[in-house]
Amino acid sequence: MEITEDNKGKRVLLLGNEAITRGALEAGVDVATTYPGTPSSEIADTFSKIAQEATKQDKDPGFYFEYSVNEKVALEIAAAASFCGLRALTCMKHVGLNVASDAFMTYMYVGCKGGHIIVSADDPYCHSSQNEQDNRYFAIFGGAPMLEPTTPQEAKEMTRIGFDISEQLELPILLRTTTRLNHARGPTVFNALQKPRRKGHFEKNPLLVTVPSTARAKHPVLLQHLDDAEKISEKSPFNEIITIGKPGDIGIVASGVGFDYAKEVAEDMHLNVRILKLGMTHPIPRKMCEKFIDSCETIIVVEELEPILEQQFKTFAHDIGSDVKIIGKSTGHFSRLYEYTPDIVAAAFSKFFKTKNPYPQPFESKLKLPSRPPSLCPGCPHRSTYYAVKKAAPKDTIYPTDIGCYTLGKAPPLEIADLLLCMGSNAGTACGLAVSTDQKIVSFMGDSTFFHSGIPPIIDAVHHNHDVVITILDNRTTAMTGHQPNPGTDIDGMGRPAKRLNVEDVVKGLGVEHIEIVNPDNLKETTAAFKRAIDFKGPAVVVSKSPCILLEVQRKRKAGENIAIYEIDQSKCKQCKTCIGRFGCPALYFADDKSIHIDVTQCNGCGICTQICPFSAISKKGGKK
Amino acid sequence: MNKKVNIVLAGVGGQGVVTAANLLGKAGINGKVNVFTSEIHGMAQRGGSVSCTVRMGDVSGPLVPNGGADVIVSTEPVEALRYITYAHKKTKIITDTNPLIPFTVAVGGEIYPSLEDIFSELKMYGELYPIDALKIAENAGAVITRNSVLLGALAGTDVLPFPSEVLLETILENIPEKYKMVNKNAFVQGMNAYKKIKQKI
Repeated sequence: MEITEDNKGKRVLLLGNEAITRGALEAGVDVATTYPGTPSSEIADTFSKIAQEATKQDKDPGFYFEYSVNEKVALEIAAAASFCGLRALTCMKHVGLNVASDAFMTYMYVGCKGGHIIVSADDPYCHSSQNEQDNRYFAIFGGAPMLEPTTPQEAKEMTRIGFDISEQLELPILLRTTTRLNHARGPTVFNALQKPRRKGHFEKNPLLVTVPSTARAKHPVLLQHLDDAEKISEKSPFNEIITIGKPGDIGIVASGVGFDYAKEVAEDMHLNVRILKLGMTHPIPRKMCEKFIDSCETIIVVEELEPILEQQFKTFAHDIGSDVKIIGKSTGHFSRLYEYTPDIVAAAFSKFFKTKNPYPQPFESKLKLPSRPPSLCPGCPHRSTYYAVKKAAPKDTIYPTDIGCYTLGKAPPLEIADLLLCMGSNAGTACGLAVSTDQKIVSFMGDSTFFHSGIPPIIDAVHHNHDVVITILDNRTTAMTGHQPNPGTDIDGMGRPAKRLNVEDVVKGLGVEHIEIVNPDNLKETTAAFKRAIDFKGPAVVVSKSPCILLEVQRKRKAGENIAIYEIDQSKCKQCKTCIGRFGCPALYFADDKSIHIDVTQCNGCGICTQICPFSAISKKGGKK
Repeated sequence: MNKKVNIVLAGVGGQGVVTAANLLGKAGINGKVNVFTSEIHGMAQRGGSVSCTVRMGDVSGPLVPNGGADVIVSTEPVEALRYITYAHKKTKIITDTNPLIPFTVAVGGEIYPSLEDIFSELKMYGELYPIDALKIAENAGAVITRNSVLLGALAGTDVLPFPSEVLLETILENIPEKYKMVNKNAFVQGMNAYKKIKQKI
């Protein structure tokens, strides 16, 4: 594998996420943990691929890696490795840090021993997320030194060097990234790989037990560490001033991908400005910033989401008695919403500099285009489960849902998603609805979400006898984020055999008395099972078991098995639209003459539509490779 | 050669748009130029509209500004039009001519415009190169080589800051041995298809 080549100086194209993994390998990381989540997933997936390859060859990859059950557990495992003197990395999406935050906040008091990088992959614009929270606040909130890369190359370097900074300060480092860094590719130059240490040693220390007296003793230590961190920040090569054109008295302050846009737009507009590029943004290099303020008449702050740098610069300006003008979100030049683009930065710059925007007004199609949102795949077993539930449940049933592919059930025609907050919220909100309304409640979560945070609310439902139906869509994978294994699979992230936990066994162990286990490929039985579960007074759990169709198709292709092809007999079809209008498989379409057909290229051969058609017009026609 | 080269790749999740962007990026490394790409993963890939950007030369970030694309390559006609914000009058728009009708048409009553309307609209915003990549791929020996056809067409333009062979070789070194020949055919035929239309413009 290219990513594990010990080839110093080699220039390769890496995804920002791959670059982070490479940086960790160059720093000799010993333990890496995660719970998958876009846009962070490929960091861990790269570790997983390397480990699987090594396992296949019966070799040790040189590190331990796991897809942990959730982000909190992932952080705790890596923190423990650090306490043993090992180097550790934990990666997660921004909202994952909410889950891990209980550990995160006190971890800063305790501090680390081996270097520890915590990657938070933020998602401005919510490309694949339920919110666009700015996790730079977590660095300030918890007291973690923070690095913010602008390119894949820098992401690798910040990870590599971050381990040294972490050990020097005895504090975990927050590597804060955004989607446009995680999912951007750029040229990256390899450094040498370090031979990782494998086993550490845990030395007992009463200060690792955060009882109140320890916590009180450790809080001032954290503040001292942050003072030391500020000194590192003042000298960090990640903080630098770049001059565009001739140095003028207008300064730009930028971090993350905001810097990329600011630099390019300033060049395209032929501006004369100096850009203070901040890569280590917590603790911010205060003296450097004050000096920059002192040298400027105006400062434009370019940062996505919250005005964190902007507010600090206002404070610094006030403290040193400067009357510098600060342009940013508070002056209306920039928004706190969504991700930035070169166009957004250019519009703000041209408004301020009163010069022409270098980029043209975009063309807009005069034709109305059909929207193309993501949808459940053709053959997805979730669609069958949903179809059966809709047949079984009374009309005003409430459907709390969860984080995963199955959220796509929100779209017509199924429209079977009514409430969603976060991972595991389906069952918790189901309990709340049960005590608040007389409506029926059927909630949904995937198997990975069940293990992640779906278990405690089921216990709550059992203990309080909430009248809910909780559905676990068990497709035996973590599909949406790229098919990672979870505790329900018999193989782990390193490709080693692992103990498989059966969802229904766990549910039984939680004390649920009414459990239905169904295969959604059989609509009739699935519908009947949901009817029984809905009629049951008290908590009922339905485990709907069928593998992800994408994995199933992949398996069939590998095994050389045919994928069935289905066809609609036009002489039998009465165009009742049950298949399109109620089931809504994307492989079904209307031809120009309004007859209904199956797109063979899209059909994944599940054949559920044959069970749905009231006129038996759909049948198997043959197979495709 | 342009100081900056901006390419936008558009299509539908599952059509290999991200893979094509990755191959172009790798070709940039093999061609020894500065290169950035950006892509969207996760939720956006379940049959949704997808766009990737590939930038080469004197660029510092992965995103293409409005009207900044030298070429738009789309694996689906409506998707070419969706990302027309990136076009300027001289943008070369290479699109596969085979529509993939979104489920919102069947289910939501939305309308997929006629190809004629799409193409006449596209012509207003750039130089249009409609290519039946599916048919060419079939002729080349395998439908899965569709994106090699389109990348071949892209290589037929003069925008890549390295010889077209670099892109072809990059594609070939990233696919299994048994598919190399068909992909090479598809690439060359895509390039020829582009040149044939170019002569008429």
